[in-house]
Amino acid sequence: MRIPFPYIYRNLLTRKLTTALTAGGMALVVFVYATVLMLEAGLKETLVQTGSEDNVTVIRKSSQTEVQSAIDRKQAGIIESSPQIAYGGDGRKLVSKESVVLITLPKRDSDKPSNVVIRGTSLTGLALRPQVKLAAGRMFKPGSAEIVAGRAIAERFKGGGIGETIRFGQREWRVVGVFDAGKTGFNSEIWGDVEQMMQAFRRPVFSALTFKLADSQQFEAFVNAIEGDPRLTVEAKRETQFYADQSEVMAKFIKYLGLALSIIFSLGAIIGAMITMYASVSNRIGEIGTLRALGFGRSSVLAAFLIEALALAGLGGVIGIVCASGMQLLTISTMNWQTFSELAFSFTLTPGIVLRSLLFALFMGLVGGFLPAARAARMKIVDALREA
Amino acid sequence: MPYFYLKMALKNGFRHRLRATLTITGIVIAILAFGLLRTIVNAWYAGADAASESRLVTRNSISLVFTLPISYKEKIRQVDGIKGLSWANWFGGVYIDERNFFPQFAVDAASYMPLYPEYQFDEAEHKAFLLDKRGAAVGRKLATRYGWKVGDTVPLKGTIFPGTYQFVVRAIFDGKTKNTDTNVFFFHWQLLNDRMEQLYPGRANRIGVFIIGLSDPAGAAQVSQTIDREFRNSLAETLTETEKAFQLGFVAMTEAIVVAIEIVAYVVILIIMAVMANTMAMAARERTAEYATLKALGFAPGVVGRLIFIESMLLAAIGGAIGIALTFPVARAFGSALDNLFPIFNISQQTIMLQVLSAAVVGLAAAVIPAIRSSRVRIVEGLRNIG
Repeated sequence: MRIPFPYIYRNLLTRKLTTALTAGGMALVVFVYATVLMLEAGLKETLVQTGSEDNVTVIRKSSQTEVQSAIDRKQAGIIESSPQIAYGGDGRKLVSKESVVLITLPKRDSDKPSNVVIRGTSLTGLALRPQVKLAAGRMFKPGSAEIVAGRAIAERFKGGGIGETIRFGQREWRVVGVFDAGKTGFNSEIWGDVEQMMQAFRRPVFSALTFKLADSQQFEAFVNAIEGDPRLTVEAKRETQFYADQSEVMAKFIKYLGLALSIIFSLGAIIGAMITMYASVSNRIGEIGTLRALGFGRSSVLAAFLIEALALAGLGGVIGIVCASGMQLLTISTMNWQTFSELAFSFTLTPGIVLRSLLFALFMGLVGGFLPAARAARMKIVDALREA
Repeated sequence: MPYFYLKMALKNGFRHRLRATLTITGIVIAILAFGLLRTIVNAWYAGADAASESRLVTRNSISLVFTLPISYKEKIRQVDGIKGLSWANWFGGVYIDERNFFPQFAVDAASYMPLYPEYQFDEAEHKAFLLDKRGAAVGRKLATRYGWKVGDTVPLKGTIFPGTYQFVVRAIFDGKTKNTDTNVFFFHWQLLNDRMEQLYPGRANRIGVFIIGLSDPAGAAQVSQTIDREFRNSLAETLTETEKAFQLGFVAMTEAIVVAIEIVAYVVILIIMAVMANTMAMAARERTAEYATLKALGFAPGVVGRLIFIESMLLAAIGGAIGIALTFPVARAFGSALDNLFPIFNISQQTIMLQVLSAAVVGLAAAVIPAIRSSRVRIVEGLRNIG
C-alpha cells in the first residue's frame, strides 16, 4: 500500500485558512480537556501529599473535620499514652495536640473574605510533617503571639506576609515566617502556638491529635484500643486517608464537570472535523479519481484521507497541550465545601495527561475523518474523473 | 431584491445537506452548552439573589465557626431601626449517610418565621410545629426528595453537636416564588440548647447568627455599624452585613470555580465560531467560480458578500433556535440530577438573551473573512478557480 504523503501535507498547506480553523477548534477542545484533567490531578496531588502514611489523625467521633472536632485534655492525655506512638530523637513522644479554627481573612487583590485555617501546633507538630519547610523568616517562638503563614496565604491574603500582623482573638499576631509545604494543603494554613491559640479563642479543648506510628502495621491495633476504651469518644484515620476524605466532594465535582464538558466539546470538535474532511473530499473528487487512475488503491486513498484528518487533529492536540502546560503557572484558590476552608491547588501536567489528551485528539480526528475518507475510497474512478 | 437574497441564501445554505446539518448540529450543541453553563453559574448565585435587602445577619467577626452569646440579643434589640430579631445555629447533621446533604438550622421558630415571609405554611401545621419541641419544619423540595410526610420521624446524626437527634416532621412549607429555596430543614433551637446544657454546659446559650429584620432597608449600614460598635473589644466581636452580602461571601469563596465555568461557557462559543467559520470559508471557496460569474453578470461586489452573510446568519439562526428550545428540557434533567448542589436551577431571561446574542455573533463572525475574500475575487481568476 503506497500512501501519497506529499499529497497530504501539500494539501494541508494549500488550504491554510481551513487547516488553521479546524486545528484551532481541536486545539481549544484539547486545551479544555487537558486543563480539567490537570486540575483534578493537582487537587489529588495536593491532598494526597498533605498527609503521611505513618501519621494518624484523631478527631471526635462523627465530626468529619478538624474544625468541628473537639477533644478535651483528659481524652487527649489518654490517647497520648497509647503504646503505638513513636518516640522522637529527644526521647519524647511524637504526638501533636492541635487546635484548628477558621478565621475570615480578606484577599489581597479583591478584598473578598475567605475562611483560612489557623492551626495551633507545637514544635512536635512541625517534626511530624517533614514536608513543611521554612521558606523565609523564622519559626514562631513557643508561648508567644507569633505565627507563620503558608506560602499560598502569604501571597494571597492581607496580613499574611512577613512582618505583617493579623488581628484575631483580641490580640495582634505577628507573622515571623513563611513556610513552604510543597504542593500540600498546609500551604493554605497559618500556624501558631497551640496554647496561645486556645487562650485567644477561649476554647479549652483541642481539635485533633496527630501522631506518628512506631510501626505502620500498628494502626489497626491502635484503632481497636481506642474503640474499646469507654472513656474515649474519638475516631482515628491515617493522615493520608483523612485528607483524601476531606476533598471527596470537590474531587467528584471537578471530575463530573470535566466529564460533561469534555463530552460536549468533543461532539463539537468531531462535527468540525467531519465538516472539514467531507468538504475536502468533495472538493477533490477529481484529484481522487486521478490518484486512483495513477494506480493508488482504495486503501491508499482511505489511508491518505484518514492520515490527513489525524494530522489535523494531532496538530490541534499538540497546540492544545502546549497552551495547557502554560496553565501550570496558575493556582486555583477556592473553598473546600467539606472543610469550609480555603484550599489552594495548581494545575499539574503529568505524562499520563499528555498521552490521554493526544489520544483524545487523535480519536476525534479518527471519528470525524472516517466517514469522509470512506466516501473518498468508495468512489468509482470513472465517476470521479467525470465529476471533476 | 431582499427576497432574491433570501432565496439564494437558503438554496446555497442547503446545497450540501450533510454539511448544513452538521453545522447546525454543532451550533445547537454549543448554544445548549452555553445556556447550561450560564444556568449553573446563576444557580451558584441563587442564594444571594433570593436574599432579602431588609434582613441583616450578625455573626462572630473571627469567622462563622465561632459562636455568639445569646445574651447579645437584649443589646441588639435596643438598636433603632430594628423590626424583628431571631437567631439560628447551623446544625450540619448527617441523615443516614454523608451523601444526603441538606442544610439544617436550629432556629427560634417563633421569631424566625415572621422574618421569612417567603416560606408559606399551612396555618394548622405551623401551629403544630411551634407547639412540638421535637418538631421540624421541612421545605417542600426536601420532603419530596425523601418522601417525608407530616408525622414522620427523621433522625439526624450531629457532626458539630455530638449525638443523634430524632425529629418529627410537623410542617411542610412551600416557597412563595420558584426562586425560594425549599431545600431546608428547621427545628427548635431550644431543643438543641437543652441538650447542650446537659452534655456540654460550656457550649450552651451560644448561637451561630442573629437574623435582624429592618424596619427600613435604607438603614442597613447605620444599623450594622451600631451593632458592631456595641460589641467592639468584647470577647466575641460581631460582624453585621446584609443577608445578600452574607450569601455573596460564600459565593466569593468558591469564585474560582464560577469564573472557570463562565470562561468555559465563552470558550464553547469560540470553538463553534471556528467550526462555523470553517464551513463558510469552504462554502465560499467552492463557489468562487459562481461569485465570479455573478460579478461578470454585473452584480456589485457587495451582493456576493451579503449573500454569504445571510447564509451564515440563517444557519446560525436555525441552530440557535433549536439550541435554545433544547435548553429547557436538558436543564430540567440536569437540575433534578444536581438537586443537592443546586436547589434552585432555573433558566433566566438573561441567559436566553445571551444565547440569542451568541448565535448572532457566531453567524456574523463566521461570515466576515469569506465575505471579504469572495467580494474581492477577480473575475478572471475566479472563473479559473477549481475550488
